This record gives sequence, C-alpha cells and structure tokens, in this order.
Amino acid sequence: MNILKKPGKAALLATGLAAAVGMTAGIANAADTVKMAVPTFLTGAGAPAFGVPARNGAEVIIEAINKGNLPAPYSGKGLAGRQIEALIYDESGGGVKQVAEFRNKVQKQGVDLVVGYISSGTCAAITPVAEELKVLTIFPICGTPRIFEEINKNPKYVFRTMGHATADGVAEAMYVKANMPGVTGYTGINQNYAWGQDSWRDFDLAMKQLVPAAAVSEKAQWPKIFSGQYGAEISALMLSKEKLVHSSLWGGDLEAFIFQASARGLFRKKDVLFSVADTSVYRLGKKNPFGSILGARGPYGIFAADEKSPLNIWFRKVYQDRYSVPPVGGSYQAAQGVLAAKFAYDKAAAANGGKFPSQDQVIAALEGATFQGVAAPVHMNRSGGHQAATKHMIGVLEWDKENGQPIMTNVAEFGSDCVMPPSGVNGTEWLKGGMKGAKC
Amino acid sequence: MQELIVILIDGLVFSSYLFMVAVGMTVIFGVMKILNVTHGSFYAFGAYMSATLIGAYYQTDWHEFGGFLAIFAAAIIIGVVLGIIIERGVLKFLYDKDEHLIVLATFALFLVLEDVLLLIWGTDPYFAFEPMGLLGAVDIVEMTFDVYSLTLIGLAAIVGISLWLGLTRTKWGKLLLAVIYDREISQAMGINVAVVFTVTFVIGAMLGALGGAYIAPTISVNPGIGVEVTVLAFAVVVIGGMGSIPGAMIGALLVGISRAVAVHKFPEIELFVIYAIMAGVLALRPEGLFAPAKVRKI
Repeated sequence: MNILKKPGKAALLATGLAAAVGMTAGIANAADTVKMAVPTFLTGAGAPAFGVPARNGAEVIIEAINKGNLPAPYSGKGLAGRQIEALIYDESGGGVKQVAEFRNKVQKQGVDLVVGYISSGTCAAITPVAEELKVLTIFPICGTPRIFEEINKNPKYVFRTMGHATADGVAEAMYVKANMPGVTGYTGINQNYAWGQDSWRDFDLAMKQLVPAAAVSEKAQWPKIFSGQYGAEISALMLSKEKLVHSSLWGGDLEAFIFQASARGLFRKKDVLFSVADTSVYRLGKKNPFGSILGARGPYGIFAADEKSPLNIWFRKVYQDRYSVPPVGGSYQAAQGVLAAKFAYDKAAAANGGKFPSQDQVIAALEGATFQGVAAPVHMNRSGGHQAATKHMIGVLEWDKENGQPIMTNVAEFGSDCVMPPSGVNGTEWLKGGMKGAKC
Repeated sequence: MQELIVILIDGLVFSSYLFMVAVGMTVIFGVMKILNVTHGSFYAFGAYMSATLIGAYYQTDWHEFGGFLAIFAAAIIIGVVLGIIIERGVLKFLYDKDEHLIVLATFALFLVLEDVLLLIWGTDPYFAFEPMGLLGAVDIVEMTFDVYSLTLIGLAAIVGISLWLGLTRTKWGKLLLAVIYDREISQAMGINVAVVFTVTFVIGAMLGALGGAYIAPTISVNPGIGVEVTVLAFAVVVIGGMGSIPGAMIGALLVGISRAVAVHKFPEIELFVIYAIMAGVLALRPEGLFAPAKVRKI
C-alpha cells in the first residue's frame, strides 16, 4: 500500500518525522547544556526568609555564568563552556516528597547536578539518595552537622559549601567571651526541631568550654516551629535571672518574636543573641531590636555589606537593582553553591585539556579545593573535602542614621579553623573535649 | 505569687487566641456537620487582608485609632467573599455526599487557597504592627504586658458571649438549633435550610478571618500561617466537643493554661501539652468534653 496516496497518513508521517527530527535536535541541544536542579522553598513559611532570597541569589549567578559576565576570579561562559539549564523548583512538602522529586529530576529529567535544599531535614533525607543515584549534589545552606557526621561519613557525590551549625555556636560563644565579660548566665529560645536543638546544643557546649563561669538556665524555651505566639515564652524569659538570651529563631517566627518581645520591653531587659536574624534586618528596618548581637551563619548578608571584592560589589549591585532589596544570608549562600559548581566544572575542564569533564572529574576538582565565594574564600577541607569551612562573623545590630539602614557594629571575625571542628572530628565530641586543634 | 499571676495572664491570652482561631470551625461543624479544613485559609486570608488594609490606612492622615476598623473590615470582607464563594460554589453540591468526601474537598480547597494567597500577596511577609504599638504596654505584678494582646481576652469573651446569646436568645438562633437537631424536619417546617447553611458558613468564615485579622499586628504575616492554625483549631474543637461553643471555650482555656504552666515550669514538654490533653480527653470522652447530645432517629 502506498501511503503517500493517502494525504492523511502522509501528513501523519511527516508530522512524526518532523517530531523525530525535532527531538533529535532537542537532544543535541540538551547535550550542550548542563541541567542544574535548584530546589528551594518557593512556598510556605521557609520561602520569605530563605527560599526566595536563595532562588534570587542563585538566579543572579546562573544568568551571569551563562552570559559570561561574572567578575574575577571567574571567567568564561557557562560551566566548562556549557550553558546552565536551571530547573528551579519548590522544596516544600517534606523529606519523602523531596526524595521522590529528586529521583524524578535525576532519573526522568536527567539533571546533571543538584544545587539546593535549605532545610536540614531535607538534606538529611536527600544525602543517601544522592549517593545511591550517583549524582553530584551541592547543599549550599542546610546547617545540621549530622549530614557528614552521622548520615554519610564517607561521601562521594554530596558536598556542602558552607559551615555547619557547630561553627555558629562556637563563634557566638567566643563573641560572648570577648565582649560580655560580666555574663553570669544564659538562657535561650529556640524552635523545637533539628535546627533549634542543634543550635542550642552547640552554643551551650561551647559556652561550657569558653565561659564556664556562666550558668545555663534550666528553663530554656522550646516553642513549636511556626507557632507565632510567644507571650508565655517572653514572660518566662523576662522572669529568668539570666541576662543573656540565645535564639536561633528565623523567618516569620523570628519577626513575630521581635514584634511581641519589643512591645514588652524584653530587649531593654536582656541581651539577646540571634544566630540567623540577618534574614530579617532589611525588612524590619527601624523595627529591628537594635543593640542585639547578630550572626548570619558566616560572612554573609549584612556582614558582607562592606566587603570590597569586585565579585561582592557586583553581586550586591545586580541583586539590589533587580530585586530592590539587598541580598541576605540565603542569597549569598545559594550563590556560593552555584559558584562551587562553576569553579569545579571549569577546573576539571582545564585539567581535562579543555574538554568537557566527566562527573568524576568535576567531583575530584571540588574535593578539598578552595574557591572564591561571593563574600569570602570557601575551603572544602572537612569530611574528605566535601564539607566547607569559612570565616565567621558576629556583631551588634545598630541603625545607621546617615544612610537610613541597619548596620553591623563591633564586628568580630573568626577564622574557619577556629570555629569549625577539624576534619574527621565529630562536632559534639570536639566541643565536649575542649575544642582541641582550634586555631584561633 | 508573681509567677502564678503571670502564668494565669499568659494562659488567658493564649486561650483567647485559641478560642478565636477555633470558634469559627466549631460553629460550622455544629450547624453543618462539616469539618472545614479551609478554616486555616480564612485565618490566613483574614491576616493578609488585615495587614494590607492596616498598611493602606496608615498611609493616610486619618485618625490613628481608625486602623482598628481595618481589622474588622478585613474579617467581614474575607468572610463574606470567601464564605459565599466556597459554600455556594463547592459545598452546596456535596451536602448529600459522605462526610469524608466533604473533608477531602475542603482540604483540596485549602491547598488551592494557599496558592491563591501566593498569587495575590506573593511570598514577602506583611507587617501591620501599628495597632499593637498604639496601645502600648502595661505593668502587672512588675511584668510588662502589651495591651493589644490583653485586648484579645476581651474580644474572645465578646465573641463567645455574643454567639451563645445569639444561639439561645434570638429567633435566628432557634432556627439554627432546629436545623442542628434535624435538617429534614426543619425544612419540612418551612425553614430555608440552604440560607441557614450559607449564613452559618459565612459567619464561621468571618470568625476564622477575624482570628487572623486580629492576630496580624502581632506576627509576620507570611505564607503557611494557616497550616498551624488548622491543626490548633482542630485540637481545641475536638477537646471541647465538636460543634460546642462552650466546649471550644473550655477546651481553649484548658490548653492555654496548661501550655502556660508548661512554658514556665517544664518548657521542654510545651510541644506535647496540647496533644497530651487531646489524647487524654479522647481516651476518657471520645466525643470531647462538651459534645452536643445527638438526636437518635427512630
């Protein structure tokens, strides 16, 4: 039967051929790109504080990489010359959903690498799956030390490009020791889940080593995450005899706590130390609890406002122009994760005679390396070269009347080898053992 | 003594918060026998609308206390608009269906409304702290309390008493009670059950929205705030007895005071208090503390 005599079938064949050609072209195009999945909170309570700033930070860097206009020390278009095809998607829904989505992205959509995840819970769930599926996965933000201390002590495919919660606790305790000589006791208010518990544990252990004379309260507060109502907790904190209050609240919980505590004068009565309050400083403006001690989990956000490197100046300007707000910690951290990929692909390609590298070559290039983050150098020198260490900064939040914006004052800087446990050493054991090997 | 009084005040404030977020859910269940999961959406929409209206109000030069009207306007707008859309647009087609199906439908609506919130207001938080700042603070037993949070106790009392009076002392309340006891006989007696349902749902929606609208000045209004509230409201309603307004009040008081005691005395168990009470009550009284008597049809 001559199908060409039947116009309907001929058209069908032509359409099929065209589709096949198109698909082939598509595959050819896909081979010229690097598919990068970027999961981050786009909905839910994690979106405003971390998720959306992280997406924005990643977008700025990815677009600049594709256009080839990243400032020094980065140059050249794309990752090892190939354009990034970014798949940005929502991290909400919990570990089970995200594991399913991870498998979908890797096995069905064929992503080449994943740069993302904010929640410690999600990172913990993804780590074994990333190793099982053998796909390069860079965690730019999540903070729990358990990733490489318990879940996988010998990772091959998973990297984390910022310090973990132990560094925060140590830096905070060191700041207290240096700047609050009269402190006699401390209490806390931290969300009752992994992040809050880890933060309090590490701060408490570090304080016991560094400021042993300070007594810990037996009534540190443990509100439920996203509870939003802190009346009773604020009363309990105000009744406590300890002057110093440690808090790792973040996002909407942090902002609600600040509103409610400000109205009741808590910040006049107590010295409050916030681990990650940088996420809110620009939004709160004059409503910030000025005089409070602040961290940003490293040299990020407001702590990088005066960093004069070309990369940082460029990043802040592009980000501010595009989103009408300065970048916060999450923006920097996500950008840093993407830069890790740029660094590793380019380095691996150079070592490969200019040819596009294999995944194993990219991994080898990143393992143990030091690359330039937006705000500071990042040393991948923990957990077999898969865990980063960076310098840490803590300061006091004040209002800059001249420029009409919040600024950090009395800032102290701590080296990465001062606040992070040495490679291969469990953070909790390190703290309990007196932080041996810390180079301060 | 100071700590005892502080615990009592903290407990009352939190109980009032719980009652405000739960009462709308119990009103709707009491009349319509619908476990309305979209209740959290009413709360969230109320909070966003309140923050938006308060923000807009304080851009004007009008009297500063007028901003409080924005709170109630937000509750009315959201209650009427969302309440009518959901009841007339979806629920009325499901009244003769299995109650589990209705729960699933309201859950689906809740998920849809979460995305609608994002479409309208985006992911950035909204602040509306002006009303709280206006009322200032007061010292009680040498402890500073913000007056705005204390007014929540008064608001919860007014809402609770008004609902109780409305149900037991007015003609409309008696019509509602008739529908609660027997929908079919009420209809046969000439009561327009469809209108009763719509009005009840709108009132329930308004109460949910009022909870969010009134809380908005004390929080950061951001995505996801309706989720936590749905769980809390459900717990309070179950403890008090589903459909019972006095039950919701007693349930809220029980949970609020217990939580305040936990925060001050045993903070590490705070998280479990509400669920421990719920489990205990359900073990002893599976229908809740004040479940309305059920009419048995012969």
